[in-house]
Amino acid sequence: MSWPEVTGLIATKDPLLASLQQRLGQAAGGLEPEILQSPILGLSWLDLVAASGLVLLAVGIARWQRIGLAGSLIVGAVRSVVQLALVGYVLVYIFEIDQWWLVLGALAIMLAVAAREAVRRQEERSLRLYGMTGLALLVGSGFTLFYVSLVIVRIEPWYNPRYLIPLFGMIVGNAMNAAALAHERLAAELKSRRGEVEAYLALGATAARASRGPTRSALRAALIPTVNSLMVVGLVALPGMMTGQILAGVSPLLAIRYQIVVMFMLASAVAVSAVIVVLWNRRLFFTPDEQLRIGGGPA
Amino acid sequence: MSADLITAGGDGSMSAVSDTAFRLRDVRQEKSGRVLLRDIDLVLPRGRITVLLGSSGAGKTSLLRLLNRLDDPAAGVISYLGRSLDEYSVTELRRRVGFVFQTPVMFAGSVRDNLHEAAEIAGLEGEELPKRVREALKLAGLDPALEDRPSHELSVGEQQRATLARTLIGAPEVLLLDEPTSALDPESSEFLLDSIQRLRAERGITVILSTHRLHEALAVADEAVRLSGGAVEESGEASDVLA
Repeated sequence: MSWPEVTGLIATKDPLLASLQQRLGQAAGGLEPEILQSPILGLSWLDLVAASGLVLLAVGIARWQRIGLAGSLIVGAVRSVVQLALVGYVLVYIFEIDQWWLVLGALAIMLAVAAREAVRRQEERSLRLYGMTGLALLVGSGFTLFYVSLVIVRIEPWYNPRYLIPLFGMIVGNAMNAAALAHERLAAELKSRRGEVEAYLALGATAARASRGPTRSALRAALIPTVNSLMVVGLVALPGMMTGQILAGVSPLLAIRYQIVVMFMLASAVAVSAVIVVLWNRRLFFTPDEQLRIGGGPA
Repeated sequence: MSADLITAGGDGSMSAVSDTAFRLRDVRQEKSGRVLLRDIDLVLPRGRITVLLGSSGAGKTSLLRLLNRLDDPAAGVISYLGRSLDEYSVTELRRRVGFVFQTPVMFAGSVRDNLHEAAEIAGLEGEELPKRVREALKLAGLDPALEDRPSHELSVGEQQRATLARTLIGAPEVLLLDEPTSALDPESSEFLLDSIQRLRAERGITVILSTHRLHEALAVADEAVRLSGGAVEESGEASDVLA
């Protein structure tokens, strides 16, 4: 298929992408003659059966070396097929219905699942922790999604599920990891540095002042993976989204622009969510009378 | 403190609040279902050195932690200068009632950084600060040459004195000392106990000190409380209790 044919096809299917291409083409000063370089090759279900041979190879190795994971690999493979198939059909349904309330509903479910997952990893869980974490993820991810979709990519209509759902998936997934990491580290630091925190409290410091050290450690722990990924992106491995776009026929020059936006948006989502989690959840470790709860009182 | 603030003593007698630092009534403390303190009725006098004597597990630390509200009792009432502890803002109470832990915990940075941190929490600043730092170091018996030393390079004994100086810089009215000499050699112990007596004599600070060593208690105590299994066995003038 020639380039004009492809762009024509895309333009009729997705006017937004076509206008984006036009904008980018202008911005690049004609450096970029093509956004879609080649159409993607289809994959049939039969192709997937062939692909399962690769999992069977891994199962074979697990059996051979008796590492006790062969069963889990099979269950995991079956689960990934079922889960992805379901997600695929749900996405097709949402894209076809194309209603704002359905898109927002999907985003809300993603948020709730992410909050639950972030809290599930903690040693001490409570409804309050769940609520606070959910709210932190909502603010951190919601702000980032709003900025990326309406200010940077300028999607139309504003709820376009083809953009909002994958973008939010990336944002909330990273924010979830950061929130879980931040809370986990905060709890661990407050426990291991209990003496220091209580020494501050005993001097008359507020809980916020007494936990400044642990708070900083928790924030660092949450942000370091993002800093590292900013440092090595493109050097060690190509990011998943960019790989996907390239496989789908998008020019690497457009794919990297999206990837740059993605990297920056993840930094924002991670930082905002982590700082909210740490500053809000910090209160959970102290009584209203500035007493440390960890360790359960007197030594 | 005005003289009209009068309260009933544990034995029903009337005494002026100004002579009493802390009063504990029917205080009970528990942790994870274990009783740490029970039926504690005590009057801890102001401007004197009271020693809490008892073996480990007797409840000395648990009792000290209640006095500057690092913990609250499971039951009972504690008052300071005639007012229930929860009537004070907790940060203000803690600034007035300093606590030096058994195991010294230094903050990051130098000895001076540690003292500045405490001064900032106490709301002290300005030109007087270097003078206050030197004074606090002197009171605690720490060589001023160590002021610039990173705190983690100090010996345990020096750290113990540095944490004492850190507590003293805010000029507390009460000093709670949890086994302050347990990590010190005999010479340093004696020096620290001398400093504590000087603080009481020169500044009128109320000192409540826990120890398991009888000779130490005899050396400094005006008043003594003998604790055993979380209960008060005996309390009163040191000469009576420790005899």
